Amino acid sequence: MLHTVNKSPFDRNSLDSCLRLAKKGSAILLIEDGVIAAMSGTAESSKLEGALADHSVFVLGPDLQARGLDASKLIEGISVVDYGGFVDLTVEHGTVQSWL
Amino acid sequence: MAYEVNGSAIEHDEEGYITDISAWNEDLAAIIAKDEEVEMTDEHWAIVNFLREYYDEYQIAPAVRVLVKAAKKKFGPEKGNNKYLYELFPYGPAKQACKIAGLPKPTGCV
Amino acid sequence: MADTELEIEGVMKTFTFMNRKAPYGTIYALEVLETVLITAAFEQHANIVFVDDGVYQIKKGHDTGAINMKNFSPTFGIVEMEKEDADEDEDMDMVWRIIVEKESMEARGLTKDDFKLDVEILTSAELADVLDASDCIISG
Repeated sequence: MLHTVNKSPFDRNSLDSCLRLAKKGSAILLIEDGVIAAMSGTAESSKLEGALADHSVFVLGPDLQARGLDASKLIEGISVVDYGGFVDLTVEHGTVQSWL
Repeated sequence: MAYEVNGSAIEHDEEGYITDISAWNEDLAAIIAKDEEVEMTDEHWAIVNFLREYYDEYQIAPAVRVLVKAAKKKFGPEKGNNKYLYELFPYGPAKQACKIAGLPKPTGCV
Repeated sequence: MADTELEIEGVMKTFTFMNRKAPYGTIYALEVLETVLITAAFEQHANIVFVDDGVYQIKKGHDTGAINMKNFSPTFGIVEMEKEDADEDEDMDMVWRIIVEKESMEARGLTKDDFKLDVEILTSAELADVLDASDCIISG
């Protein structure tokens, strides 16, 4: 199963709810404002740092670039994907839950 | 635009649906039915009354499938189908029967 | 050809509807509810789930008169009726579940008695299994 999160953890509880309800082994893809959660050294970084043991975590590159967020400052273990990668994740995982 | 019922005017939109559902009464239903060229029988009234009761409880018109089920319960299995409802209301049980029952025009198609 | 049609008719999928937004402030709640009602026509398995502020959608006592908006609380009665129909119909093995997440409910100081529908209370771990077993999730 694939979970997408499109809200910043500084703005909404979408990431919290995602992490509470995502089963171990499911994938998480951060898109739109959700990419903010992927940055290291923020007050919210610990959430995804802790989740990496149970989930594979991806972030959409174009949304990082658009916001001037530096891919070299991502939390270690998070992979950057492009739109093609987004499609591949969706096909691979079957069911998608969008945390809006 | 308005219907004239027993000397008072009841507003309706450009398609003939009344705008204030609480203004409905049976005389009005008979007038709308006449405009629609539907001759009201007991079976027509039963459908119209079912629609009104359903709307009153759930604040939404029933899906056609629900209406079929209700007709089946009331009039027997041979009448619990789309064909029967279209015989009663040739322009569609949802659109035409709702108009006569004084409900808003249904938005969906199921 | 006839065989193919029969096969298609026999496919049952599990649709999960994730309600996470409070009613009236945004259009999400009403849009998901309308999707649930449309899905009912296709006679599939359905989980109607309330999480986060979505639990307020089925709180008792909605009265929208003073904000000039349609109160769609009564419309949830159809969801309960569809569930009862699914439970009673012996010809179909259709299952409808109405679920509230325990953590969301407790975080808001609510109990099962605050809801106008008869709901199942599941922990987040139990709900995670329900989501994982779904074929399609519609979120709002």
